[in-house]
Amino acid sequence: MIEARELTKRYGDKTVVDNLSFTVKPGEVTGFLGPNGAGKSTTMRMIVGLDSPTKGSVTVGGRSYAKHVAPLQEIGTLLEAKSVHPGRSAFNHLMALARTHGIPRRRVNEVIELAGLTSVADKRVGAFSLGMGQRLGIASALLGDPAIIMLDEPVNGLDPEGVLWVRTLLRRLADEGRAVMLSSHLMSETALIADHLVIIGRGRLLADTTVDDFTREAGGGGVKVASVEATRLRSLLAGPDVVITSSAGEELQVTGRDAREIGAIAAQHGVPLYELTPQAVSLEAAFMELTRDVVEYQSAPADTEAHTEAHTERKAA
Amino acid sequence: MPATALRRGPRPGKRSNLSAAPEPTTSATRYRVTGPRVLHSEWGKFWSLRSSWITLGVAVFLLILFGAIASYTYSPDAVATSGPPGPGSGGGDSDAVSLALTGVSFAQLAVGVLGVLLAAGEYSTGMIRSTLAAVPRRLPVLWSKAAVIGPIALVLTTVGALAAFQLGSPGLDGEKIALSLSDDGVLRSLAGAGLYLGLVAVFGVALGVLLRNSAGAIAALVGVLLILPGLASLLPDSWYDTLSPYFPSNAGSAVYALHQSSDALSPGAGLAVFAGWVALTLAGAAYRLRKTDA
Repeated sequence: MIEARELTKRYGDKTVVDNLSFTVKPGEVTGFLGPNGAGKSTTMRMIVGLDSPTKGSVTVGGRSYAKHVAPLQEIGTLLEAKSVHPGRSAFNHLMALARTHGIPRRRVNEVIELAGLTSVADKRVGAFSLGMGQRLGIASALLGDPAIIMLDEPVNGLDPEGVLWVRTLLRRLADEGRAVMLSSHLMSETALIADHLVIIGRGRLLADTTVDDFTREAGGGGVKVASVEATRLRSLLAGPDVVITSSAGEELQVTGRDAREIGAIAAQHGVPLYELTPQAVSLEAAFMELTRDVVEYQSAPADTEAHTEAHTERKAA
Repeated sequence: MPATALRRGPRPGKRSNLSAAPEPTTSATRYRVTGPRVLHSEWGKFWSLRSSWITLGVAVFLLILFGAIASYTYSPDAVATSGPPGPGSGGGDSDAVSLALTGVSFAQLAVGVLGVLLAAGEYSTGMIRSTLAAVPRRLPVLWSKAAVIGPIALVLTTVGALAAFQLGSPGLDGEKIALSLSDDGVLRSLAGAGLYLGLVAVFGVALGVLLRNSAGAIAALVGVLLILPGLASLLPDSWYDTLSPYFPSNAGSAVYALHQSSDALSPGAGLAVFAGWVALTLAGAAYRLRKTDA
C-alpha cells in the first residue's frame, strides 16, 4: 500500500507536485496518469525517498521508505530504464542490488529468466536496446519479491510482445495480492491494464477513479446511423432523453438509444439503414479533455480553440 | 476489486501498527540491508566495471614505469632536473626512494580519477537511483565505496611502489644514493606512498559524491593536488612558509618522503593532515548525500 498525503514538491517557485493525496491498494493495478511534466516521476521519486517532499508525506507499507530494513522487499521500482551503469552486465547489476539485501544468486537468476534476459545477462547494459533496458528495470523491480511494484512508463520502448508481457505480468502480480502502480501518459494503454486511475496534471490531482467509472463517464459517444431516409428516421427515433444531431445529409448521430433499439425501430418501420455504428468511447479523448488545461508543454493551437489563458494563471482544474 | 485479488494471499496489506510484529511468513522475510552487505555490493560493483581494472592498472603501471625510468636515468650531475617536479622530490636532493616514487604524481591522478569514477559515475549514468533505492539510508553507500577503494588502492600501489624500488635498484647500482629495502626508512616510505595513494582514492570518492559530476570532480582533484601548491606560491613568503606544509599535496608527500626537508611535516603529521583533508571532504560529501535530492 502506498499512501500519499498532501504531497508537495517545489523547486524554487515552481510547484511540481501540489498537495497530492492518493492511495495505491494491494490487489489492484493503479494507473498513474498525466501529461508529460505533470509530476508523475517526481511523485514516484518521493515515494522511494530519492527526493524529499517540500510538504506532506508518503508512506510505503505504513512507513516512510527509508525506515524499512529491506526496502526492495517492500517496493520494487522501475524509475527510469537508464538507472543502470552501462558498463556493467545485467547480471552484475542485479547482483549488486541483491547483495545489499542478502538476496541469493538464485533469485537473481530467477528474475533474469522471468524478464526474458537469460541470453543477454552477461552483456554490458550499454549495448541493450530500450526494450531490453526496460526488461532489466522490471527484473530489478521484482528482485526483492516486493509487496508493491511501482513502474514509471514500463511499456516505453517495448515491442508489442513486450507490452503484452508487461500487461500479463502486472495483472498476475496484482492478482497475487500485490499493489501495482504504473505511470503512463497514454490513457488507452493504461485502461487495458489498470483497475484504478489516479490522474494528475500540473502536480494536482484531477481524478481518482476506477477505469470502469472513467469509461462510463467518458461514454455517450452515441450511435452513428446512416440511411437514405434520414429525416423520417429522425422523427421515428425522437423521444425523451434522445438527442439527435446530423452532420451530413444522410447521417445521424444518436445518443440516448443504443444500436439495437435503433435497428429494431428502423426494421419495424421499414427504413433501410446502410450504417449503424456505436461510436467507440475514446478514453484518450476523455483524458485529453480532462487534462487539456493543465498540459505543461502545449503545442501551438492546431484547433480553433486557443487556450491563451493556459500559459498565464491557472485556476484549479 | 476482483474476487481473485487475494487468491494466493501471501501479502495482506501491511499496516504500520503490525510492522513491529513478525511479518507473515514468506520466503523473503529474511532480507535485510546491513553494513557488510552494502560493502559486499560495492566490492562487487567495483570489480564488475572494466574501467576499474583499467584505471587501477594504469595507476600501478605509471608508478612502476616512472619509478624505474627515473632510477635508470639518474645521474648525480643533473639532480635538480631529474624527473618531474613531483612532490616526491620536494626536498631538493634525490634519494633512491624519491626516484622510485617519481611515479606517485602520476599514479595519484589515476587513483584519484578511479575514486571519482566510482562515485560520480553513478550520478552520470543514473545508477545512483538504483543504488539509493536499495539503500535509502544512503550513508552506508558512501562509507562502503571509501572502504572498498581505499584498501584496494593502498595494497596495489604499495606493491607497485615496492616493485618500482626493486626494479630501479639495479639502475642506481654503484651510485652514492643507492639504498636497499632493508635500509632505514625505505619500507616506511614505500608503504607511505601506498597509504597516501589509498587516501587519494578515498578523496576521489568524496569529491565525486560531493560534486556529482565526473568532470567537475576530476578538475577539483587536479586543482587541489597539482595546481593549488603552485598557486599558493603567489602568497607572501611568510604566509606561504607557514601554510604550505598543510596543503593536501604537501602534507601527503611528507608521508612518503625518506628525508624530511626542514619546512615539511613529519610523516605522521603529514598523514594526519592529509587524512584530515580527506575526512573533511568526506564529511561534506556525506552531508550532501544525506540532505539533497538524489
